[in-house]
Amino acid sequence: MQPSVSIRNLKLDFGAIQVLKDLNLDIGKGEFLVLLGSSGCGKSTLLNCIAGLLEPTDGSIFINGDNVTWAEPSERGIGMVFQSYALYPQMTVKGNLSFGLKNARVPKDEIERRVARAADILQIGPLLGRKPAALSGGQRQRVAIGRALVRDVEVFLFDEPLSNLDAKLRAELRVELKRLHNNLGNTMIYVTHDQVEAMTLADRIAIMKGGLVMQLGSPAEIYGRPAKKYVADFIGSPSMNFLPGKLRAGPVVDVAGQSIPLDAYDFTRKGLEGDVWFGIRPEHVATGEAAAACPVSYELKAELVKPMGAETLVWSSIEGTPFRFRMDGHAQVAAGDILRVGFDPVRASLFDTVEELRV
Amino acid sequence: MADQTAPAPSRGIAEAVGPRPRRALSVRNIVIYGILALLSVYYLLPIWVMIMTSLKGMPEIQMGNIFAPPVELTFEPWIRAWSSVCTGLTCEGISTGFLNSVIITVPSVVLSIAVASVNGYALSLWRFRGANVFFTILIIGAFIPYQVMIYPIVIILREIGLYGDLAGLVLVHTVFGMPILTLLFRNDFYSVPEELFMAARIDGAGFWTIFLKIMAPMALPMFVVAVILQSTAIWNDFLFGVIFSTPQNYPMTVQLNNIVNSVQGVREYNVNMAATLLSGLVPLTIYLVSGKLFVRGIAAGAVKG
Ligand SMILES: Nc1ncnc2c1ncn2[C@@H]1O[C@H](COP(=O)(O)OP(=O)(O)OP(=O)(O)O)[C@@H](O)[C@H]1O
Ligand SMILES: [Mg+2]
Repeated sequence: MQPSVSIRNLKLDFGAIQVLKDLNLDIGKGEFLVLLGSSGCGKSTLLNCIAGLLEPTDGSIFINGDNVTWAEPSERGIGMVFQSYALYPQMTVKGNLSFGLKNARVPKDEIERRVARAADILQIGPLLGRKPAALSGGQRQRVAIGRALVRDVEVFLFDEPLSNLDAKLRAELRVELKRLHNNLGNTMIYVTHDQVEAMTLADRIAIMKGGLVMQLGSPAEIYGRPAKKYVADFIGSPSMNFLPGKLRAGPVVDVAGQSIPLDAYDFTRKGLEGDVWFGIRPEHVATGEAAAACPVSYELKAELVKPMGAETLVWSSIEGTPFRFRMDGHAQVAAGDILRVGFDPVRASLFDTVEELRV
Repeated sequence: MADQTAPAPSRGIAEAVGPRPRRALSVRNIVIYGILALLSVYYLLPIWVMIMTSLKGMPEIQMGNIFAPPVELTFEPWIRAWSSVCTGLTCEGISTGFLNSVIITVPSVVLSIAVASVNGYALSLWRFRGANVFFTILIIGAFIPYQVMIYPIVIILREIGLYGDLAGLVLVHTVFGMPILTLLFRNDFYSVPEELFMAARIDGAGFWTIFLKIMAPMALPMFVVAVILQSTAIWNDFLFGVIFSTPQNYPMTVQLNNIVNSVQGVREYNVNMAATLLSGLVPLTIYLVSGKLFVRGIAAGAVKG
């Protein structure tokens, strides 16, 4: 099937700074793609390139099979929602929604129809006569989404649309966005640096770093089978524990004085030997009786205990390497306690120490 | 019931409730208001003298006592100043100058603000190639003394056939207002969030639509400031008026000078004062009217984004 948006060898420099370096990305029709990455990695820049607000230094962009690299933003069949809402302050909500349609010389009754439909979908009907200053943050963002909605476009672009909202409202609007996507079936490209948002919304996540896509995959893949140590470290909070180890034929990995058999481990690259990082997520570490039942277990001293309500985070170390794990919120632990922890190597991720790619 | 009665007048901090009580007469207030009153007297006294003098006949003025109100009230000096005092060769009063000043000021203000606002908008939001160089040149222009440029401008105007024409004077005022006005508008448009501009582009608005529908309404307070600045500066201008216009086109300021500095006959102080007050009336009105608008404009523009 033809992709909805496709980006070919995209480069963008700001003077001497290379922000996007030879970036390639294909986004399927109706897909919800989340661009996730740390601050300054070029997410907004990429989105602005797709929107036509920035001119790439090199490369091309296709939307629905058309090369739009040189097209005006309004001709690309995209709608965009910004972090700061960017509503026109002196226009009413209705004026905001219909501004783009008026510019495109859409007939009056058609404008009325589309505004009414968007207002209905987003439940902003009663607000149509108000100015943006008289709206709450959540209402403003709904109007901003409406402005993209009325344009009847193929592709929606979102640049951190929820990050100015409080946690509760954010969760609410997240659900609404997901529902909107299910109902409309548009292609959506969504920039965020909130992992939870990425995990809950995305069909696929693109992890970006330094202007490149590090990994592109479903949330489960990104979380369960990170392709790079950077991705493994970036996703999950607290992040994955990395223990230095030595991989030998068998296959077996020696970690902190124990030989861990890897018969069940799903290798990406077979036959590799030598120094590796053995990664295990804090939530995949078992304690107490469950730990004893695991194929691998260690005795550790709890150094710092952080109760979080539903669970308790424990900071510790294995042979000098920091090691974090999660326990049940009811667990009675205090700093200084000796605990038995264990894990199943099936859930681990191994990376070579040179390129830090998944083994 | 006892706990519902009003609390004792001398409340401690612990029982603080409702708005904080303010004392009207504190040492601080007395000092501040005292200084303010003194300053206003200092500034108002000359105006008082002018108004009183303009309402007296000449014999009364010659008796001295400039602060005293008129014994015999007369509006004759005002009428004379407006319609029959000699302003150079003609003796038609300052009314012709008033009309000339209006004809000079209105188009100059409108034109300079129209051009400068578009300049500022293009420089801050569209950032075309060479925008910074253009802006730098414009700002350097603001620092070159007027006197240096007068002769070249006279020649330029003569060459294009506008020397001595009101259109030429309007052009000169427009050009000289450009650097500072462009700077003001550019900085104002710089404070507009860039995402707003992006959103408008995605909505298919072009250069002029974005300016007229979105940016100009947001810059309304700036427009008011620009109108105050330009209209008072151009109305009060003397130098360009005397150089770039001919006697029948002289603005009010030049005519006023001719009246006050005329060496023939007795000095009619009362007429001089009346003419001066008349020519100051327009800037004064602009301050009073637009000052109010200005404050309202700021309040309305406070919620950007
Ligand atoms: N106009 C510009 N001129 C020069 N450098 C820029 C410009 N805009 C962005 N950059 C640089 O490009 C890089 C990427 O910026 P971008 O805004 O795309 O980051 P981002 O991934 O969206 O980050 P955030 O999560 O903080 O929004 C940053 O290092 C930034 O400093
Ligand atoms: Mg960004």
